[in-house]
Amino acid sequence: MKPYLELAVGFARTGVTGYGGGPSTIPLIEFEAVKKYKWMTEEEFGETLALANTLPGPIATKMAAYIGYKVKGSLGATVAILTHILPSIIAMIALLGVLYSFRQSTIVSGMVQGVTPVIGFMLAEMAYRFYQKGSQGLGVPKNLMLAAVSLIFVQFLEWHPGILIGLVLSTAFYIAHRKEQANKKAAEEYMPVREKSS
Amino acid sequence: MIYWEIFWAFFIANLLGYGGGPATIPLIQIEVVNNNGWMTLSEFGDVLAIANALPGPIATKMAGFIGYELGGVLGAAVALTATILPSALAVIVLFKFVNLFKDSPKVKLMTKSVQPIIAVLLAVMAYQFFMSAFEKSGMLHLVLLTAVGYLTLIKFKVHPSLVIFGALFYGGIFLS
Repeated sequence: MKPYLELAVGFARTGVTGYGGGPSTIPLIEFEAVKKYKWMTEEEFGETLALANTLPGPIATKMAAYIGYKVKGSLGATVAILTHILPSIIAMIALLGVLYSFRQSTIVSGMVQGVTPVIGFMLAEMAYRFYQKGSQGLGVPKNLMLAAVSLIFVQFLEWHPGILIGLVLSTAFYIAHRKEQANKKAAEEYMPVREKSS
Repeated sequence: MIYWEIFWAFFIANLLGYGGGPATIPLIQIEVVNNNGWMTLSEFGDVLAIANALPGPIATKMAGFIGYELGGVLGAAVALTATILPSALAVIVLFKFVNLFKDSPKVKLMTKSVQPIIAVLLAVMAYQFFMSAFEKSGMLHLVLLTAVGYLTLIKFKVHPSLVIFGALFYGGIFLS
């Protein structure tokens, strides 16, 4: 029972203290998993994080799934995920329920108006962070070009962003594949030369 | 069959969201507001505001609440399953091949290339929220609240939930 309880406590604690979505809870999860309960070493945690980052979807639940699975199999994974996500979901349903039951009230509609620009700003700030990450990864010109192309297709031509993301993902896969092949070929051409000269 | 539609909407949004939960927000909005018409943009904004004011992963809060609104507890369970299960299973199964993937230049380039698209999707959403604020409460409040948002969140690093609750309080008094 104890391992399940520890999983539940560790992931519930990180679920209710991490603000700003899953990525911000990663350091908290690391604290529980590596320092407090010693479910894994720091290197292992880093490897899990690297793999989780290569897959789509929310990051915190991927970490919970793998760590829970490692400690206690499928049931461990289920316990870790549910204790991590349920408290905040229940709070969310309760809070919005209260807000919605006063929907007609002008005070509530004023509150909604008050929060709209703040949400707009939070989204703009997130957009900026993703743009910065793109600039670091792809370089400024490529990032700017991709952003401009996305804006045209999604906003003006009204494509579903899924199609665009799918296209970009497969193009990136193809380009990286071509580069790997070219590197391999270059390595092969280089090898016989060395053999001859020796 | 609403449950199937819920599953599909959240499955697609999370499958395409590279970069964790926040990257899936505009994709969830497209499924929920644009494609299925389950909510208006302003209702989606309320949900997002409350989700941002509460701790915990953002994608599961959105999925849990929207699923619950559409189909009760079962709806929430379906939306959450679609959000979590595919990637959770993948990470457990793929871990056996971790060394094949971890340093793969393919995966690295794919992840990098999606960032500017997500940035644009988020920027478009931000623009929609600013426009809706402009129409409903006017330029003065929009500029004031955005400036206060910038100062508190970025300059003084105030806790986001305090900023959200502060904005709710301000709106309740001055915009009602």
